[in-house]
Amino acid sequence: MSRLAPVFKELKRAGRSALVTYITAGDPDGSVSVPLMHALTKAGADVLELGVPFSDPTADGPVIQQACERALAAGTTLGKVLAMVKEFRRADSHTPLVLMGYLNPMEAFGIEAFAGAAADAGVDGVITVDMPPEEAEPLAGLLKAQGVDPVFLLAPTTSGARLDRICEIASGFVYYVALKGVTGAASLDVQDVQQRLQVIRRATHLPVGVGFGVRDAQSAAKLAQFADAVVVGSAIVKRIGEHQSAPRELLTQVSGFVHGLRQAMDAARA
Amino acid sequence: MSQPLEKLGAFTESLRHLPDTDGHFGPYGGRFVAETLMGPVEELRAAYARCCHDMDFQRQLRRDLRDFVGRPSPLYFAECLSTQLKGARIYLKREDLNHTGAHKINNALGQALLAKRMGKTRLIAETGAGQHGVATATVAARFGFECVVYMGSEDIQRQAVNVYRMRLLGATVIPVTSGSRTLKDALNEAMRDWVAHVDDTFYVIGTVAGPHPYPMMVRDFHACIGEEARGQILAAEGRLPDSLIACVGGGSNAIGLFHAFLDDDVKLYGVEAGGAGLHTGKHAASLTAGRPGVLHGNRTYLLEDEAGQIRETHSVSAGLDYPGVGPEHAWLKEIGRVNYDTVTDEEALQAFHRLTRTEGIMPALESSHALAYAIKLAPAMPHHHLIIVNLSGRGDKDIQTVASREGITL
Repeated sequence: MSRLAPVFKELKRAGRSALVTYITAGDPDGSVSVPLMHALTKAGADVLELGVPFSDPTADGPVIQQACERALAAGTTLGKVLAMVKEFRRADSHTPLVLMGYLNPMEAFGIEAFAGAAADAGVDGVITVDMPPEEAEPLAGLLKAQGVDPVFLLAPTTSGARLDRICEIASGFVYYVALKGVTGAASLDVQDVQQRLQVIRRATHLPVGVGFGVRDAQSAAKLAQFADAVVVGSAIVKRIGEHQSAPRELLTQVSGFVHGLRQAMDAARA
Repeated sequence: MSQPLEKLGAFTESLRHLPDTDGHFGPYGGRFVAETLMGPVEELRAAYARCCHDMDFQRQLRRDLRDFVGRPSPLYFAECLSTQLKGARIYLKREDLNHTGAHKINNALGQALLAKRMGKTRLIAETGAGQHGVATATVAARFGFECVVYMGSEDIQRQAVNVYRMRLLGATVIPVTSGSRTLKDALNEAMRDWVAHVDDTFYVIGTVAGPHPYPMMVRDFHACIGEEARGQILAAEGRLPDSLIACVGGGSNAIGLFHAFLDDDVKLYGVEAGGAGLHTGKHAASLTAGRPGVLHGNRTYLLEDEAGQIRETHSVSAGLDYPGVGPEHAWLKEIGRVNYDTVTDEEALQAFHRLTRTEGIMPALESSHALAYAIKLAPAMPHHHLIIVNLSGRGDKDIQTVASREGITL
């Protein structure tokens, strides 16, 4: 079964907001990803989000597009991403892990086979960016049947009726996209996000994560005061891009940044 | 090329009533976009549905199609070409004579009028050959919109004249340097722009692809092509044609011609870009050589690798250089109503020269694919066989490409 619900419960009891860190699997190459995942949890990540690279990531900004290009150039496939998860699980059976990607590579893998292989590898949730609830079957049902949470996005443009519909089929947590734009775009408006979260909480008891546009420890700390989870992606991936040719330096830089996020978020809740 | 007349009897219901309310043509189409775009896509669907029944909107559209675009476009009997081929009688639907030189303006005009109704102030578009970009820049100038056109940096090289035309019309042309730097990447970038500016921006998609309602809406705006051709061939020959031929990249000119004839006893041929030949892998024939998948908001046939990554495509014509195709074509292929086949770069170029010399009409390289297919089919047909070829655009924009293929620098 998915590790998401128990871990969120645990964090809530401790009065902490979850730090969710995103990296693109296989960026800059397959050998870095698993050590990086362990470094992230060590630096304070509560949940790992692992991007499945796609050739046409229309919801992503330039930072993650380039990460996808690097990962694909290194030969990353969905099958290899699942193998990385399996390897990670050998040393970590506790940290929830969520895949984030686009529908086409999952369909090319075969959605039934994918749901089974994801569960088998130790994946806890799957975010399929270009699969709204209207098109979510059969994949969402297949994942649930395997004990994997289909995680859905909510946006500033999501109407009341859609909000209810999405919350009905979502599980694990819901992911509020804090700005109108692609990943890593302009800074978000914290007050506006706080108001939207109140509306979302009336529609669901699931934990609510906030992401897109969380650039630094300061904005993560502000969100941590009211969000169940704060998702940081492009700000991490940018550092991976900068240090792609020096793996050791890459691990040090990313760990330092994530540790800073963790401390700021905890201080904000203290 | 066998099929589908014998299968026609199986279609008891009209083929012209799709998509369903969620935008599905059988298993194809739909809405596969990130949540942020679902609101805007729904807003667009509702606004378009209102305009379909709004007499004021329809009247203005008809008036502008007549006075601004120059419709109806003629149906021209290509007598010299037909005589040379010693077979079928070939008619050309002259979309090349439209304002801006291609069918693309029909749709750009319709979407601009809709954008105006919705209170949007900014139009964005993707373009491959530049024809849709020019059409969008044209209607933006006409109706006072700000206009931004995304174009692959590779295509900017190939279509310098159209880039300059767009700039003259007041549009900002943004080069796209990600991925393969062609049409699909321009589409990715336009979608990213749209998601960041949903409040004031209308995304004018240039083909019958994208999330619902685009495939339906763009088809409807181009359906005038087939509706006119139907009346024109009846007036000229007293009967319906035997075959229709159109090129298919995204498939907008083809569906525009075919739609009025879907329920008739007429053979339909969609011609994809065979590039250097299917066996070389350098082509853009998604229906002929691809498989179903999800890209750019819809489920359709795609050129992809085994892992589901979208492949780079090749065609001498930038307008056909796209790894997907409109979902209605995917469905028409599946039920066997339309025959999809390919023509190579070389065959298209030969057809370009042949029409230019025999009829004094210089076709776009896209349309040259349809012509090349007609040139292959016609000799085997009896003299009373009537073919309509959609001459979707004029070839002026392509003379640079044609010249460089022959080693000539202009």
